[in-house]
Amino acid sequence: MSIDTAPTVSATALDATSGATTRRDILHRLLMTLGPILIALVIAGCILLAVGVDPLAYYGFVLEKGLFSPLGIQQTLTRMAPLLFLAAGLIVAFRAGMWNLGGDGQFLLGAVTAAASAPVFVQIMPAWLALFCSFLVAMVVAMIWSLVPALLRAYQGVNEIITTLMMTFLGTSLANVLVKLAFRDPGTTVPQTRTLPVEGRLPRLFETTITSGLLLGLAAIVIVHLVMTRTAFGLKLRIVGANPRAAVHSGLGVPGLTVAVFAISAGLAGLAGAVDIIGVQGNVRADWNPAYGLAVIPAVFLARMNGFAAIGFVFLLSVLSIGGESAARRLGVPNHFTLVLVSIVLIVLALAEYFDHRYNQSRRA
Amino acid sequence: MSGFSSSSVAGRDIVALEGVTKRFPGIVANDSVDLSIRPGEVHVLLGENGAGKSTLIGMLSGLQQPDEGRILVDGKPTPITSPRHALALGIGTVFQHMMLVPTLTVAENLLLGGPWWQRPRTEELAARVAEITGTLGITVKLQAKVSELSLGEQQQVEILRAMLRNSRLLILDESTSMLTPKGIDELGALMRRLVEQGLAIVFITHKLKEAAAFGDRISVLKLGRKVGEIPPERFRTLGEQEIVSEIVELMFGKQKDDPEAVERPVRTARAEAAPLLQVTDLAVAPTDNAPGLSSISFDIRPGEILGIAGIDGNGQKQLAEALAGQRTAAGGSVRLEGAAIETLSVGERRRRGLRYLTDDRLGEGTVGTFPVSINFFLKQVGAAPFWRNGVEQRAEIDKRAAQLVREYDVRTPSLKAPVARLSGGNIQKVLLARELAEGAKVVIFNKPTYGLDLANTLASRQRIRDTAARGLAVLLISTDLEELLGMCDRIAVIADGALVGTVENADDARTKVGRLMIGLAA
Repeated sequence: MSIDTAPTVSATALDATSGATTRRDILHRLLMTLGPILIALVIAGCILLAVGVDPLAYYGFVLEKGLFSPLGIQQTLTRMAPLLFLAAGLIVAFRAGMWNLGGDGQFLLGAVTAAASAPVFVQIMPAWLALFCSFLVAMVVAMIWSLVPALLRAYQGVNEIITTLMMTFLGTSLANVLVKLAFRDPGTTVPQTRTLPVEGRLPRLFETTITSGLLLGLAAIVIVHLVMTRTAFGLKLRIVGANPRAAVHSGLGVPGLTVAVFAISAGLAGLAGAVDIIGVQGNVRADWNPAYGLAVIPAVFLARMNGFAAIGFVFLLSVLSIGGESAARRLGVPNHFTLVLVSIVLIVLALAEYFDHRYNQSRRA
Repeated sequence: MSGFSSSSVAGRDIVALEGVTKRFPGIVANDSVDLSIRPGEVHVLLGENGAGKSTLIGMLSGLQQPDEGRILVDGKPTPITSPRHALALGIGTVFQHMMLVPTLTVAENLLLGGPWWQRPRTEELAARVAEITGTLGITVKLQAKVSELSLGEQQQVEILRAMLRNSRLLILDESTSMLTPKGIDELGALMRRLVEQGLAIVFITHKLKEAAAFGDRISVLKLGRKVGEIPPERFRTLGEQEIVSEIVELMFGKQKDDPEAVERPVRTARAEAAPLLQVTDLAVAPTDNAPGLSSISFDIRPGEILGIAGIDGNGQKQLAEALAGQRTAAGGSVRLEGAAIETLSVGERRRRGLRYLTDDRLGEGTVGTFPVSINFFLKQVGAAPFWRNGVEQRAEIDKRAAQLVREYDVRTPSLKAPVARLSGGNIQKVLLARELAEGAKVVIFNKPTYGLDLANTLASRQRIRDTAARGLAVLLISTDLEELLGMCDRIAVIADGALVGTVENADDARTKVGRLMIGLAA
């Protein structure tokens, strides 16, 4: 119970659109977001120093590879496509007060089914329709996968944090099994799905390697943001998230909305998998699990569930992950240092939030 | 036993309150309350919910500080600054909700709060527990897990914990509310033994029979004021029945110079009109923490106000929720203008004109973090003209919200202010505006003036009267008998989830309703 209610409270506090926003508020927000990030960079730098790595060199490599080199920035923007879809899905769920932490399972199942269906569809229908159909398949499969936690939460009140996490373990395993058994490409020795020919994939933007999935991702997150803030449906979801008892009192069909939230959130995660496969990878290798789903959660929190801010943070995350991989290789830092950096940012941010809250309260009292 | 008996000097106050006043935004929780707490006495604090009992306890146990007046401990003015300080002064509190860790054993729970750098002193504890329980005639299983104990046993553990900390004054907050009848009797006997050892006990309840059975001295609180006290000398001379009737008089009786007293305007009887709301044999199954309803039947005609009187917690909220559709009925029928609505959803019942003004204004009535403007339309999300094709029309919403703010005199810094920042009275105005808006036919008011200050109370009552005058049917649920007598055409009394009688609001209604409320025939 305490697990269940505590995040709901913080979710409402983070619901940035609900309060009045003035210029000073925005400035304060900016300070409260960027300040902790700088502090976190300093702390992470100290850790790098402690393990004998020059932090300035590390950050320099991160920026150079992730942001300033032409190839790097193209990789960064390409990486954003699936992350944006995942962020969109999380925004829907978190704003409705539901903690869909099963993004990775939904993502992988979407990826695997898209990878399996796209080569088949390409042979029997025009390319654009084939892409559309495999997107659809990925979305529907991910939605179905979310039904178990959705129904348990909607009708039995079972905590979705636990069920979605459990389903994500099952989902990653099932995706693996599908790659190794059902959808395995007989033409290769390593277990992987059949590879989608490059001309069948999502077109690239202009003369670059950036996938057009980036535009789809941007569209998805902007649409989600507008739906959540400007429409009756979004308001209903936010009421459920901010005060479930008020939702019942107001006559909203809470169980139905719960299932809808899970379906949308999981569907977007499935689309993230599809966009990564159909846009970039072309196939799914066995044991492939980039764990984007968990990596995006901090970005969505930092953005306080705001779609536009989330685009910025997803970009930052992409720079960090593309640049971090390269910097790690060149300086001999473990690859996971990116995650360490992100988690330090989160902890400092939470502390800043806490002290800000304390300060406000003491000023009011 | 020796630990506390030496400190007891009969006849002198351990703790005394002098003119203690505590205000919260919008309400006066305690209004210059005097109280004397003496060793060897069970001092019963009696009052409805919202009478100010909890606030008083909060100040005694150090959770809150009085705004005016002072607290004397052993005759010396002493500010009780924190719960820890209260314990050090010998004031132990057993709160309404159990404060034990269910997964730990009794011994572990009792050892909690010791210095963290020391090993728990288990043997010492066992010896002291044996000493205390021996004199009190109770047995406590130290090695049992708390979750395996009954609620009554858990309460004994809590009392034991207070005793281990050398409490001289034990405060029992609504301690019988979760106990079985047998558990209540045992608690009564235990309290008797504790006061015989020279302890002082403050026993909070809203059940009259317990007050009469277990008390030595009774203080009655009403709307934050202490309206009467029965000292021990008088208490002993009265029989139980006399005490109960005296308490009823104190709790529900009319007071002189009561500013809320208003003459009920004589309304033209509309007996010939067909009832707007007909409820027949409505039943609701009981749940773990709420009583059920059985065979509730009544009619309300247009322009009529039917009151539901009763001690709080007898099924009032269940009745309101069952009518509004928030709680599934186990049987019976509800007809609005002749059409059955008992199977319809909350939203559909509202569309047909049934409105429910909840008593839980922030818990379910509003979304506290949302702006005032949105909270006006919480029950109409998606409806034109405020939403078109599902898209929010901010201009329309703000225009209508501004209109409602003016019409209902909502004092808010702006339409965008989160509704939780408003005072209780202004939140209530938002709810009134929302429920009484166009299309209302039957309105259920659940404790509409609960926790409001006088001005807002009077304003809310006027709204309700106007509502009936417009020809709507009104169901007014209240625990304030004065309010019901001042406003209703008829008053039904609810007890244990059933209507035990309905009284025409004529001259002798006060006595009749009072008798029904304590379980006597009218």
